[in-house]
Amino acid sequence: MTTQALSASPARPQRRRASGIVRRQRVGWLFVAPFLVVFAAFLIFPLIYAFGMSLFSSTLATGTKFVGIDNYIKAFTDPLFLGGIGRVVLYAVVMIPAQLLVALVAALLLDNLATWLSKLSRLLIFAPYAIPVVIGALMWSFLYSPRFGPAGTIFGLFGLDAPNFLSSDSIFFSLVNVVTWQWSGYYMIVIYAALRSIDPAIYEAARIDGANGWQIATRIKVPMISSSMVMVITFALIGTLQFFTEPTVLRSIASGALPADYTPNMYAFALAFSYSQFNYASTIAFSLALVVFVGSFGFLFLTRKQNGLK
Amino acid sequence: MKRKILAASGAIAVAAVALTGCSGGAQAGGGDSCTNKIVNKDATQVSVWAWYPAFEEVVDLFNENHDDVQICWTNAGQGNDEYTKFSTSIESGSGAPDVIMLEAEVLSSFAIRDALVDLSEYGADEVKDDYTEGAWKDVSSGDAVYAIPVDGGPMGMLYRQDILDEYGIAAPTTWDEFAAAAQKLKDAGAPGVLANFPPNGRAFTQALFAQAGSTPFEYDSANPLEIGIDVNDQASKDVLSFWQGLTDSGAVAVDEAFTADYNTKLVDGTYAIYLAAAWGPGYLQGLEGAQEGAVWRAAPLPQWDAANPVQVNWGGSTFAVTEQAKDKEAAAVVAKEIFGTEEAWKIGIEKAALFPLWKPILESDYFRDLEYPFFGGQQINKDVFLQAAAGYTGLTFSPFQNYAYDQLQEEVTAVVVDKSKDPSTALDDLQSSLEKYATEQGFELK
Repeated sequence: MTTQALSASPARPQRRRASGIVRRQRVGWLFVAPFLVVFAAFLIFPLIYAFGMSLFSSTLATGTKFVGIDNYIKAFTDPLFLGGIGRVVLYAVVMIPAQLLVALVAALLLDNLATWLSKLSRLLIFAPYAIPVVIGALMWSFLYSPRFGPAGTIFGLFGLDAPNFLSSDSIFFSLVNVVTWQWSGYYMIVIYAALRSIDPAIYEAARIDGANGWQIATRIKVPMISSSMVMVITFALIGTLQFFTEPTVLRSIASGALPADYTPNMYAFALAFSYSQFNYASTIAFSLALVVFVGSFGFLFLTRKQNGLK
Repeated sequence: MKRKILAASGAIAVAAVALTGCSGGAQAGGGDSCTNKIVNKDATQVSVWAWYPAFEEVVDLFNENHDDVQICWTNAGQGNDEYTKFSTSIESGSGAPDVIMLEAEVLSSFAIRDALVDLSEYGADEVKDDYTEGAWKDVSSGDAVYAIPVDGGPMGMLYRQDILDEYGIAAPTTWDEFAAAAQKLKDAGAPGVLANFPPNGRAFTQALFAQAGSTPFEYDSANPLEIGIDVNDQASKDVLSFWQGLTDSGAVAVDEAFTADYNTKLVDGTYAIYLAAAWGPGYLQGLEGAQEGAVWRAAPLPQWDAANPVQVNWGGSTFAVTEQAKDKEAAAVVAKEIFGTEEAWKIGIEKAALFPLWKPILESDYFRDLEYPFFGGQQINKDVFLQAAAGYTGLTFSPFQNYAYDQLQEEVTAVVVDKSKDPSTALDDLQSSLEKYATEQGFELK
């Protein structure tokens, strides 16, 4: 980075400064080394091993043999995998706008308030994110339970029957609800932080020009935080395409509505640990990774004007 | 600069040493990590995975009575949790215990991966006569014996005497009577239903089909590449139609089994009848929320043909020796003898509510005349479970039973919950999906 500035100076100081940089770099690598070792051991090598496994096929009856790309062709024509992809895309289309809307509205409102109420609200909206995902899903499984949940009592007050939250028709929205509850707070904090970084002088200028609150929010604030919003959407997209924890936890009470292959991640898990098909499971996992990669990079490309990346 | 680097490296070194201290406890399967105490520290240690209740006492009993072999037991999870760990350890080649508790239905799934030792080479024939015909058939495949039976799940019918009396219903002895009783209970406006037909019944559903004459799978490890699949036979279709009729009319519930909801409904009077295995009473007694004044009794399972009763089994477990065992002789001794004494079985029966398949205790007066306070002193073994166990002739499972059960659950859900398929189509779809899977896995269909 600094070599261009040095090219005009005489040779000796250049070498001394260069060796200083190299020494600092070596110290830097030394500090990063423990993390790199763990990272390589627990992420890089397993990825390479899993990719190797996905090139082989092992059947229960006949054992392991090399098949190359065949597994991937099988994955991308597997109706269960494609169905799972379709489902998570549908989830993404419904859940991400929902989460973003809640997060954006909450952040905009809290940005306008300056009282202690705003601090308390921020904490309360963020609190669900602090709950581990599995615990949150377990809690919701009890809330949705026809016997243990409050739905029966609440609907009973109006003289109605509580709907079954765990049937095949309603499980989609039940899961959307759980995820929105858990993640909106996190996205809200990100958007709120972005809002806080806008210079308030801009709002004054806007008010002088005659803008009202709504116009300030939609015409000024939202466009100025568009790069944060794109980041939030990208994270949400990656997370939703890999949807796993909530359906798996809810499967224990709704295994009829949530088959083992409900999402591609669940399918890979079932293949590996219920059906002992480790090779095909690796293939599904890598195929899902490919879809996530394409999806997220595609999205970043489509929003290249707004996302702030060059 | 030099001092800073020195200080930094010093800090890293200290941290590294401190962190290695954290991993001190995790020895690989050795003597340090047993849940029980080892009595003779010099003897060969055999690691065992099992989830029986009150098992520690049985292990202590064994360790006190054996000088040459000691058991090192851990509870590695129940059912599928343990099987997941076992499956992964098979794939990785290490980490499996020497002896493992496996339900009979998953034995062929592990045997086909060469993960289990054929115990006929380690003296399994010595104990063959100590077990019933059905029990021994479940652990054998051809001439090979893959496990020693422990407990079984012969099926019977547990019912709420007080609820049936309240509505003037006699305990049904045939399935026709059962259907009539269900309808009568519903017509009388009872708050609950007669029974539950869980879509995730798995082995339960399979047992009901078997009672009508279904033999879903034909498989022999001597010819591991061949498999016979017949899940869409008329018997299974008739049984599924029978239950569809009851669930469609609302006389029988379709709640999923083993959920918190289901557990509560079992004991609070929502279900008047619990079609159960012999481990059912133990299961019921462990549940919270029992209704006041509940009076439970046991009776034989309803039959299709009262003149020709057919007995069936649901669950039950065995001990198998894994290929990763270092000392297979010692492991085989453990598998054969751990539940091979009267004392061990007294613990198993009284504290763990297990149903023994070991004949010396199964056929003893003690067991036959045992009065169960939960059933008001009824001798449920004499009345129900002994003849169920004696009449059970065994069932062959597929080497991909987990997959088969998941598919069965999907089809049954489609019939009784979503109501999108009729039983005949559902079982035909099951047949074709299992055939497709078997062919993909390299099997030849018989």
